[in-house]
Amino acid sequence: MSKVLMKGNEAIGEGAIRAGCRHFFGYPITPQSELPHYLAKRMPEVGGVFLQAESETSSINMVYGAAGTGFRVLTSSSSPGLSLMQEGISYLAGAELPCVIVNVMRGGPGLGSIAPAQSDYFQAVKGGGHGDYKLIVLAPASVQEIIDLMQVAFDLGDKYRTPVMLVGDGILGQMMEPVELADEVTLPEITAKPWAAGGLKGRETPNIINSLYIVPEDCEKLNHRLFAKYEAIATEETRWEEYRLADAEIVLTGFGTAARIAKSVVDKARAEGIKAGLIRPITLWPFPSKVYAKAAEQAQRFLCVEMSMGQMIEDVKLAVNGKKPVHFYGRSGGMVPLAKDVLAEVKKIMAGGDE
Amino acid sequence: MLQEVLIAGFGGQGVLSTGQLLAYAGMIENKQVAWIPSYGPEMRGGTANCSVTISDEPISSPLVTEPTTLIVMNRPSLDKFEKAVVPGGIILINSSLVDQKVKRDDVQVMEIAANQIAEELGNTKVANNVILGALIELTGIVSIESVVESLKKVLPARRHNMIPVNRQALEKGTQLVLEKGTQLVKEMKK
Repeated sequence: MSKVLMKGNEAIGEGAIRAGCRHFFGYPITPQSELPHYLAKRMPEVGGVFLQAESETSSINMVYGAAGTGFRVLTSSSSPGLSLMQEGISYLAGAELPCVIVNVMRGGPGLGSIAPAQSDYFQAVKGGGHGDYKLIVLAPASVQEIIDLMQVAFDLGDKYRTPVMLVGDGILGQMMEPVELADEVTLPEITAKPWAAGGLKGRETPNIINSLYIVPEDCEKLNHRLFAKYEAIATEETRWEEYRLADAEIVLTGFGTAARIAKSVVDKARAEGIKAGLIRPITLWPFPSKVYAKAAEQAQRFLCVEMSMGQMIEDVKLAVNGKKPVHFYGRSGGMVPLAKDVLAEVKKIMAGGDE
Repeated sequence: MLQEVLIAGFGGQGVLSTGQLLAYAGMIENKQVAWIPSYGPEMRGGTANCSVTISDEPISSPLVTEPTTLIVMNRPSLDKFEKAVVPGGIILINSSLVDQKVKRDDVQVMEIAANQIAEELGNTKVANNVILGALIELTGIVSIESVVESLKKVLPARRHNMIPVNRQALEKGTQLVLEKGTQLVKEMKK
């Protein structure tokens, strides 16, 4: 293993390469442009394909094509670009195609700002495109975790034949942190995809990749099949981090960069005698609802910290199910919460008692 | 130990790479480190800055909003960030490029004619490392050896002939602190 200083955006690219991804289609946008920049150089070194498409709409449909032929494929963008991709993502879900889609989020709505944000949570976990579907959504909180989760993302996509989204924000994309990288890269074994449209290979009937189910009965069957799969994913693949939770009276929660800040506030609050803890969802879908439900038996209050006007808080409230109050602290539009302000909020809430 | 350093100047002055060098040196010493650039919509020749955090504890947000040390490489950066420095913090100014004085009286200030010193060493490109040397001596944030070790990793092999002059620059910065030291602005005004 060697330790190197790496930018989050580059780590997404290197993580993908190490996970056996050899196809990237994308279009530049701040704050994730270092990723296509990195892969433009790196993909040819490993015999892969790097292609800068003419638009995000085009990139996501190139992903559909490459995924349909059974290759590990990646695309990436930032918030407005993801909005453009939503139709394609719905088609990928309908055709059950594994791929990895990255969103390095920036301030919105509209053209918004280029500064870090988390306000595409709803778009990522509630189905940004049309129809009944879910994406597996992974939310790393450090550059090391980006590398680790890229492997997970490709593996889960293949295992369940489903698109996977990895969400970061401008901070995670732009920051450099030390990462441990294996010196010897052994390509992971990629399971065979007998469903892929990669040539007949001795079969009599061609494989067809499609999301059109014109007969309603058939379309409903697709939905039932998809949701049986989603249930299996929710049972098997939910990931989260708990920190100083056992005796916590106030539970802070958030994902990605907001969770890093919340975690440091837990320590600061403990130093001042406030029993604080943290729940950090690593999968935003499936959401670790049971962890919140269990914590609600012990904790008195929750505080959801987000870089948005409050989106994940809805899932936290559903999980806590009215048992305890769930408070909110957020900054939006590209502003980042300061630890001292979150700590002040914690103190304010704890001083308020059970009003 | 928690050091939050903000390095600010014009694009092209090596502001970002100086920050990376510092972060790399911290990593070599097995400290927690994070580096992040400002990435606003800037024009060519506009301002650039980066945040470097070096700590014994895990780092929450890598954005430095209240630096313990500010390195100033141009005048707009002094105007913009002087008020952000923590009370008792350090402002290091490249006085070859900035003729303005610090207005606050609750911070330590050191003016270093870094370009001039670098020129005397025979290479103006090492100006930033004169200032970095002073920062190291003042804060003990990392060792000179770790920075030199980082240069071996950060510089491409064909540039390794630059390492001795970089070391000289770092040592010159250290020496300046030992000779001159910083002064609270309050005392300077007396």
